[in-house]
Amino acid sequence: MKQNSISERLINGLIKENPTFVLMLGMCPTLAVTTSAINGLGMGLTTMVVLALSNMFISLLRKVIPDKVRIPAFIVIIASFVTVVELLLKAFIPFLYDALGLYIPLIVVNCIILGRAEAYASKNDVISSLFDGIGMGLGFTCALTIIGAIRELLGAGQIFGANVMPESYVPCSIFVLAPGAFFVLAVLTAIQNKVKLAGEKKGKDMSKIQSGCNSDCMNCKESGCSKRLFDESAKGAADDLKVIEITEENDLPDINTEKKEEEKND
Amino acid sequence: MSDLMKVSSNPHIRSRVTTSNIMLAVVIALLPAAGFGVYNFGLDALILIFVTVATCVLTELIYEKAMRKKVTIGDFSAVVTGLLLALNLPSSAPWWIGVIGGIFAILVVKMLFGGLGQNFMNPALGARCFLLISYTSIMCNFECDAYTGATPLASLKAGESVDLLAMVVGKTGGTIGETSMIAIVIGACLLILLGIIDLKIPGSYIVTFVVFIVLFGGHGFDPAFITAHLAGGGLMLGAFFMATDYVTRPVTKKGQYLYGAILGLLTGIFRIFGPSAEGVSYAIILGNLLVPLIEKITMPKAFGKGGERA
Repeated sequence: MKQNSISERLINGLIKENPTFVLMLGMCPTLAVTTSAINGLGMGLTTMVVLALSNMFISLLRKVIPDKVRIPAFIVIIASFVTVVELLLKAFIPFLYDALGLYIPLIVVNCIILGRAEAYASKNDVISSLFDGIGMGLGFTCALTIIGAIRELLGAGQIFGANVMPESYVPCSIFVLAPGAFFVLAVLTAIQNKVKLAGEKKGKDMSKIQSGCNSDCMNCKESGCSKRLFDESAKGAADDLKVIEITEENDLPDINTEKKEEEKND
Repeated sequence: MSDLMKVSSNPHIRSRVTTSNIMLAVVIALLPAAGFGVYNFGLDALILIFVTVATCVLTELIYEKAMRKKVTIGDFSAVVTGLLLALNLPSSAPWWIGVIGGIFAILVVKMLFGGLGQNFMNPALGARCFLLISYTSIMCNFECDAYTGATPLASLKAGESVDLLAMVVGKTGGTIGETSMIAIVIGACLLILLGIIDLKIPGSYIVTFVVFIVLFGGHGFDPAFITAHLAGGGLMLGAFFMATDYVTRPVTKKGQYLYGAILGLLTGIFRIFGPSAEGVSYAIILGNLLVPLIEKITMPKAFGKGGERA
C-alpha cells in the first residue's frame, strides 16, 4: 500500500497506530467518559471532528508558522475548533454536552491532537493530513465505543441504552465506575498485543509497516518518524544529531574522571 | 526464566517449613471460624464456602494449564484465598458471587501479577472489595434465616446498644467467618504457637485501633464500647489472618509495627468518620499498597553503612 495514501492513512489510524490501544494517547477521556457506549461514541466523534479540521489547517499553515512558535500556534488552532464544536454540541446535542461535561474543553489538551499536529500534519500535505486526522479519529472513536459498550454491558446490562442481558443478570456496577475503565482498557490492550504478536510470528514485521512514531523505539530509525525527518529536512537535522552524539561521547569520559578525582579528594 | 539455569534459590538446606505446610496450617486455623459460620448460618454458608474454594483452585489450575506454567495448586494458597474470601461473604449471597469473587481473586489479583509471592494485594481482600463495589446490595445484605436487622457494628454506629456476649461468641449477623471472636482467636493461637504468625502486626494493629477508639470514638475509655468494636466486624479476622499474609506484609521488623499501626489508624478513621460501619478490608488493602514505601523507610542499614562519613 502506498505511503500517505488516503486508505493507508485510514487503516493506519484505525488499526496499526490505533491511538488508544497502540499509541496509548489520550488516556484521560478514554478512561473518564466511557461509562456508556453512547458517551464513548460522542466523545470519539467530537475528537475526530476537531482532529480532522485542526490537522487540515495546521497542514495548510505549515509553511507559514515559524518553527519556534509552532506549539502555541497549533494550540490556538486546536482551541478554536474545540470552541466551535463545544458551542455546536451545546446548541444541538445538549444531552451529550451534559454527559461529556468538562471533557469537551479538555479536548484542547488531548495529546492525540497535538501529537498528530506535531508528528504528521506539520510535515505533510493537506489531503493526507486531513485523512490522517479522520483515520486517527476513527480509531479513537472505535476504541472508545468498544470500551464504552463493554463497560455499559457489564456494568448496567445495556448497550446504547437498550437492555440486552437477560433479566436475571445482576449488573456488576464496578464497570461503570473508575476501576472498571482500567480493567477493560487493560484487557483490550492485552488482546491487541496478543494479536499483534501472533502477526509478527507469521513473519510479518509489524514494526516496519508502521509509519508514524510508534512505541517501538528500537526500530524507529528504520521505519518511523526519524526516517521521514532525515528525508525531508535533509542535512540540517542530521548534522545536529551527529553533533549531539559527538559531544555526548566527549562529555561522558570527562564527567567520569571528574567524579573519580572528587572521590580521591574525599 | 531461562531453562539453562535451573539453580533453585537459596537456602539449599531443606526444612520442613514449606509453603504448602504453612498454607495447610492456615487452612486448619481457619476451620474453627468456618465451622462456627456453618453452625451459625446453616447450609447456605457451607455451600458458599465450597463453591468459593473450588472456584479459586480451579481458576489457578486452568490458568496455569492454559499458560503452560507449573501447576501450583498443591501449595494450598488458593485454598486459603478461597476460604478467606468465603468467610468474608454474607451467607445470603448467591453462589455466583463466590464464583466471580474467586475468579477475580486468583486471576486478576494473583496470577496476572505473577502468582504467589508476586501479588501486591491480598487476593481475598481484593476480591471482597471488588464484590463490595460491584454488588453493594448483595454484599451488605446480612439478613438470613437466623438473623434479621443490622449487624452489631451498624447498630453500634447508629448509637444503639448491642449484646456483648453474643458478639464475642458470634451469635450475631455478619459475614460467614467474622462473627465469632472466640473461634478466630482459637485459630490465631494455633498459628502463633506453630510460629507461623507473630503478634507484631496484629498487636500493633489492635493497640493502635483501641487507642484511636478511646481518643475519637466519643465514648472515652469505655471497655464495653471497645470490646464491641473489637468483636464486631472483620477486625479480628483481618488482623490475624489477612494483615499477616506473608506476601503482602512488610518484611522488616520495624515496618511490621508501622504497618499494623497504619492499619489500626485507617480502620479507626473508616469506622468512626466514614459513612459505612466497617472499614477493615479497605484499610488492609490501602496498607498493602503502602508496603513498598514502608519497607523503603524501615530497611535496616547494613553493618558499616550510614552514620558519619569518615
